[in-house]
Amino acid sequence: MALLSIRDLRVEYTTVRGTVAAIPEFSLDIDAGESFGLVGESGCGKSTLIMAIMGYMGRNGAVTRGQILFEGQDIARLGAEPLRRIRGSRIAIVYQEPGTALNPSMTVGRQLMEVPLAHDAKIGRGAARDCAAQALADVHLPDPASVMRRYPHQLSGGQKQRVVIAMALLANPALLLLDEPTTGLDVTVEAAVLDLLNELREKYATALLYISHNLGVIAQVCERIGVMYAGKMVEQAPAAALFRNPRHPYTRGLLASLPRPGADKRSAPLVPIPGVVPAAGRAPPSCGFLTRCPHALAGVCDAGEISLLPAAPEHTVRCARWAELPPVRSPMAGARANLPASDDAPVVQALDLSRAFPVGRRMLLANDRLEITAQRGHVLAIVGESGSGKSTFAKVLAGLDAATSGSLVVLGQEVAGRPVRRRDAKLVAAVQMVFQQPDGTLNPSHPVGWPLARALRKFGIARGGDVEARVTALLEMVRLPPSLRHALPRQLSGGQKQRIAIARAFAGNPQILVADEPVSALDVSVQAAVINLLLAIQAEHRTTMVFISHDLGLVRYLADEVVVMYLGQVMEAGSVAALFEPPYHPYTEALLSAAPVPDPEVRTKRIRLEGEIPSPLAVPPGCRFATRCPRRIGRICDDTPPPLRGAAPGHVIHCHIPLDDLRAVAPVFRHAPAA
Amino acid sequence: MTRYILRRALEMLATLLVASFLVFLVTEFSPGNVARKTLGAFALQEQVDLLYRKLHLNDPLMERYVRWVGVLTGVEADPLQDPALGLDFKDPRGDRYFGNFGYSTLYKAPVNDVLWDRLGNTALLAGLAFAVIVPVSLGLGVLAGMRAGSPLDRGLSTVSIVMTSIPEFALGVLLVAVFVVWLGVLPGTSPLDTHSGWSIAAQLVLPVAVLAIYDAGYVARMVRTSMAEVMAKPYVRTAVLKGLPRRQVILRHALRNAMIAPFTVILLQVNWLIGGVVVTELVFAYPGFGRMLLDASLFGDVSLIEAATLVALFVATMTQLLSDIGYRLLDPQARR
Repeated sequence: MALLSIRDLRVEYTTVRGTVAAIPEFSLDIDAGESFGLVGESGCGKSTLIMAIMGYMGRNGAVTRGQILFEGQDIARLGAEPLRRIRGSRIAIVYQEPGTALNPSMTVGRQLMEVPLAHDAKIGRGAARDCAAQALADVHLPDPASVMRRYPHQLSGGQKQRVVIAMALLANPALLLLDEPTTGLDVTVEAAVLDLLNELREKYATALLYISHNLGVIAQVCERIGVMYAGKMVEQAPAAALFRNPRHPYTRGLLASLPRPGADKRSAPLVPIPGVVPAAGRAPPSCGFLTRCPHALAGVCDAGEISLLPAAPEHTVRCARWAELPPVRSPMAGARANLPASDDAPVVQALDLSRAFPVGRRMLLANDRLEITAQRGHVLAIVGESGSGKSTFAKVLAGLDAATSGSLVVLGQEVAGRPVRRRDAKLVAAVQMVFQQPDGTLNPSHPVGWPLARALRKFGIARGGDVEARVTALLEMVRLPPSLRHALPRQLSGGQKQRIAIARAFAGNPQILVADEPVSALDVSVQAAVINLLLAIQAEHRTTMVFISHDLGLVRYLADEVVVMYLGQVMEAGSVAALFEPPYHPYTEALLSAAPVPDPEVRTKRIRLEGEIPSPLAVPPGCRFATRCPRRIGRICDDTPPPLRGAAPGHVIHCHIPLDDLRAVAPVFRHAPAA
Repeated sequence: MTRYILRRALEMLATLLVASFLVFLVTEFSPGNVARKTLGAFALQEQVDLLYRKLHLNDPLMERYVRWVGVLTGVEADPLQDPALGLDFKDPRGDRYFGNFGYSTLYKAPVNDVLWDRLGNTALLAGLAFAVIVPVSLGLGVLAGMRAGSPLDRGLSTVSIVMTSIPEFALGVLLVAVFVVWLGVLPGTSPLDTHSGWSIAAQLVLPVAVLAIYDAGYVARMVRTSMAEVMAKPYVRTAVLKGLPRRQVILRHALRNAMIAPFTVILLQVNWLIGGVVVTELVFAYPGFGRMLLDASLFGDVSLIEAATLVALFVATMTQLLSDIGYRLLDPQARR
């Protein structure tokens, strides 16, 4: 018998407009010790499902049909006290944002101790404290005793997530629910958390239900995968089978919107899924995906409810046409097109560029002697963990901040010490920025056409009646209907808001676009559409794009050149092809190895960084990366700044290790088809 | 923490010094002549001119301010007590001592004789009202906010709004009509003497009730909002899904975090209770601080106004200090 068996579950919410079925009908079986991944875009009902299992649906939500059998007992209809005894002890959750999931005014130790104290009437405070300390040691937090005494805000994001995992595992649950546990964490931290989950699962034989929109992380942790759309399971299969042979058009759409390992914008463009996830209860009753499906056929797909059909052993799919769909071709990259030739002088050239912030009597070097060059019409990606100084450079470049020393030549003008107010309108228009959170950049009380019109007037692009026409043209450029100009930001989806932000940035015909994590807050399918749009506009206008990201898969897909930063300094810089093959800087190698790959057939070399990124107030005197470097060669790394090694024309590595040794390592990614 | 308190105390002192200058400035610039205000409307112009010269009121503002501070700190003698003026203003404490606020022309007595009695009366009223307001508003607010949107919440919120929206004046008259005129169980005025035959305790009931009813509704609404917000926080969900009993979720996880925001608001009520309850004091003829300040302002009793304003300012900065310290105790994130 399955550990968790969800049968024909229906979850409804009562709103002022009536009853809405967030989950119309859902079934799922998870065996003891099994790891099951559930994917789907936001709004597909994944979180609703988790909260329904936990019996936590708020005042207006309820299970109206079906059963949630856990260890043979229907927990959907349990009284308050029996339910309380299951929560936290038999079933536990790891939450999406560890920062908000912990009580800010209680020490970590007390929050952990509550779990054994709530579920074991006989345990004393001393024993509970020992349990908590042991749990912290199990999740590899150094010095558990000191962590116990700290408040959540005194821990880093990765440490907080480890605390949340420790809290979930304290009572040794039979089932662990994971709600996007690594979203918002750095790739290196994400990789460590995923390793930890795999390790703990082996140790305690806990069953996992892992929900995520990120197929890459699911591929690393889960044995079986389900795809959820509009509250229904649309496909379910063992992980390898799902990635090798996705059968539902939605699953295929999700995979096609992700950059595949080795592919880039010229060899295998991303294919976004058109449209958006329908609001709860608004999906067509026959097939929820009908309106967005490229294979939809009138008379077949809208004829009646489609059930989950067996397509192969252990592989089920809810599609009327699954057998007729063309086979998927793996878009594994073959030949890479060459870079566009560039004889132009660089449009952005930073030399010894530094930005220091005085903190008390010390100096925080957010950017330390950067050398970064961007060619006209190229995409330059800057990668690195949070705290590496990527965003500071972006701000200095866009003029939102000023450098404290060094030189930054943009379009032939020295701008290092010149923030926006000391630049002329032409230069301001020429360097524009797109930010991570489209919500924060649009004024909620103005219609979205307003910032566009304003930018056009400010930069003297259009006056009077011309403004209207230009706004329409800008909206068409970002593929939005012109009528949307009168809409308020809150009436737009995240993807639409980001399109407005892009339109605004392009209002002044910029020559340089600085994009700081422009798609990391968006769903995969929307992300693909926005990326395609950005690249299309960029190529058409020959705009230089400085793209800041922590998503290496995306960087490999869209960048021409890449700069790897760590703790305010450049570690490695070169063309995208050079960067993803040996020789690597040890930090680049670690970053690549941490990136989750949405393909179980690609084997990734396992390199994990120990510890946290050091405080920028106390940087190591030698190589910045020496304290965490897995390939540190000796004292020289700690004491002497590393030399610059030219690996190839345009490819530089700052490292003490000789080039030949760096060249000798095996590539991080290896294609290894399953037998 | 000790260093923080010391630093804040120093800042408070600086604030008081600046404030004292502003108080001095405002009263000096208020219409009318200080000498005329001191002597009253029936004094001859010559007498006024003589006093004007004796008090050196022609000196520049800064000089007069320094002299005023000198009198206040006991460095200089109070010029009004100079027998040569023939005003017959006498202070049993002498004319040169620390904390000399001068002479009240309204009450014909040293300010110190008037001020502290009135402040004591108001402190009694405010203290009792505060002791009712805090538990009542916390109770109502927490109960309502615990289950936002429930019938209990809607009921309590309505009660709070009704309580706050009746003006103090109307509330006072209403209570007097019921308990004094109709039932006859309580006195209608509260002069804090026993000539009327009512005990002091009985005299305090109605003024305290008016203040408590008027203010508790407001504070309860603040607490309710904060509590409802905290109940929707992910860490409260974590606490529930850890398997904690509801009681512990509320008491350990929600309550403390829900107190952080209203804490400052609650302490601000002290300022209002000390200096801002003039209406209630008038309705019940209560010999309080607010009424004294009003009378002094109408009469033009400069020394008393300055003294009373300074005392009110002191109370305000003290509550500010307390709320800052309390805030840091409640919220570990503020202790950096």
